[in-house]
Amino acid sequence: MKTILKLAAVRIRITLRNKAFLFFSLIMPMAIFFLYGSVFAKGRPQAVAYLMGPILSFTVMGTFWGLSMQLVTWREQGILRRFRLAPIPASSMIGSSILANYLLILPTVILELLLARFIYHVGSFGNLFSVFVLVILGITSFGALGLTVASVTNTMQETQIINQLLWFALIFLSGATVPLAALPWVAQRVALFLPATYLIFGLQRAVLYGTSIFSLGVELASLAAWAALAFVISSLLFRWEPEAKLPRNAKLWAVATILPFLLLGIWENRNGTLLSTAAFMMGDRPADSSAPQTKP
Amino acid sequence: MANPVLQVENLVKRYGDVEAVRGVSFSVSEGEVFGLLGPNGAGKTSTIEILEGLRDPDGGRATVCGLDPQKNPNELKNEIGATLQATSLPDKLRVGEALSLFTGFYKRTRNPDDLLKRFGLEDKRNSFYNQLSGGQKQRLALALALVNDPRVLFLDEPTAGLDPQVRREIYGIIEELKQEKKTIVLTTHYIEEAERLCDRVAIIDHGKLIAQGTPRDLKQRSADTTRVEVRLAKPANNGTLKALDGVTDARELDGAYVLHCQRTAPAIVALVKHLEVEGNELVSLEIATPSLEDVFIELTGRRLRD
Repeated sequence: MKTILKLAAVRIRITLRNKAFLFFSLIMPMAIFFLYGSVFAKGRPQAVAYLMGPILSFTVMGTFWGLSMQLVTWREQGILRRFRLAPIPASSMIGSSILANYLLILPTVILELLLARFIYHVGSFGNLFSVFVLVILGITSFGALGLTVASVTNTMQETQIINQLLWFALIFLSGATVPLAALPWVAQRVALFLPATYLIFGLQRAVLYGTSIFSLGVELASLAAWAALAFVISSLLFRWEPEAKLPRNAKLWAVATILPFLLLGIWENRNGTLLSTAAFMMGDRPADSSAPQTKP
Repeated sequence: MANPVLQVENLVKRYGDVEAVRGVSFSVSEGEVFGLLGPNGAGKTSTIEILEGLRDPDGGRATVCGLDPQKNPNELKNEIGATLQATSLPDKLRVGEALSLFTGFYKRTRNPDDLLKRFGLEDKRNSFYNQLSGGQKQRLALALALVNDPRVLFLDEPTAGLDPQVRREIYGIIEELKQEKKTIVLTTHYIEEAERLCDRVAIIDHGKLIAQGTPRDLKQRSADTTRVEVRLAKPANNGTLKALDGVTDARELDGAYVLHCQRTAPAIVALVKHLEVEGNELVSLEIATPSLEDVFIELTGRRLRD
């Protein structure tokens, strides 16, 4: 544990000295915040509250980029080899990544909540405790996704390609950009398989209806299961050396991390009420607000 | 041997179909500086990285400080220090931070401030890693290798890629460590480094250990010969050169001819006469006492530097 804390502290310092980090972790989330708040929601408190789910999810989901890139860079440059000479287990390396990432993202989340309150006068964030639990689980699980990507890719190029694909799926098919209820029917069905959907949906329910963590059981359990699975698998697949070969079935293992959402997606598609609730939430907004979508 | 702190028996390492290490055995005693000398790709790094616990061997046995690097990697890592090839630190990590971070990983530690002072990095304490010169980076690597006051120090090509002045500086540091009776295993493809720093040297080529002993013992093999290196205007025949009076061995190496001569003066006279008869001409001629390089040439027919 001592090792994890030390590594995390140093990684936070190094990351804060990196200008690219500031862009991805502060400037981009802020740009999205103001775009959603001022343009899509036109500054109306109720509409901003409705969009807090997507806004916070953007910030939380973005974490997988930085984590996967840093780990792959460190491996390519032989930095991980140097750490490997010291008595440090792979789990400390991974644990410190997630901890550092979490502490780096949290201030942005808090800033977004504060700005929503003071600039857009959002009166209530519903159940703030639920919001934080979801954010914490979200950061952990999307961080673990980044580590899984880093563990199955060999070069920075590969990592970037996979990240782009994941990112587009996550932001366009989950309700982060276009509200879920406004997506075509097929896309809505696909969205039920994506972790991002559950994060956004959970955040929206917590903000708009003050839903307690006990009623967010499905969202929390699936995110937690995902985080745990991704953590275990990325620990098992962790490679210190750039030339270390992946075990033959490694990619299959990585695919196993989608299992919780595969099951959840099938279940939601059959019995779930998520889509109808999402449609209700969209219709429930004050009529004058306009979200990113404009078509009925 | 007195107190072998490191023992290697019949070590084998394969990468796919390539056998990088093919049955290497040696042992190193406490306080000794042991050098693995060989060209690039000879298997030096693979051997040393197996001993550091970074790679698993495909055969054979290794013991370092009484520990098996594969079975007890974490105990071993507390006992050893190392500098690696192909390694780096994060660009935006400061020198002082790197030392205190790595110090924090070990049970037994040395004072990081003393190490900074000793390696002349005191005024670089707040510099980022990417602001350091090659020599400074290598000094930092050596300081980091010592944070746990290791029993055995592994230095993989400690001066490769450094300019001659920085190289001498690193030699000075290693000589100091040698005076402190640190056990050091180093790899190198520089003859000078092996001759100057090592108590014993093992010559390694194509994954095999082809000779080992003190630099003096090894040179003794060709002690009674002189090395004459000539360049000729036209190609000559090795066989006829070898048959010349006083010449024991002749080999062609990158366009030059290296003759090992038992009696230098008659050999040179014979050579000049022979060239005159052949209508060939002498472009350059160099006479030297044999070095470890000649031992390597004799054993492999190639130069150390590729």
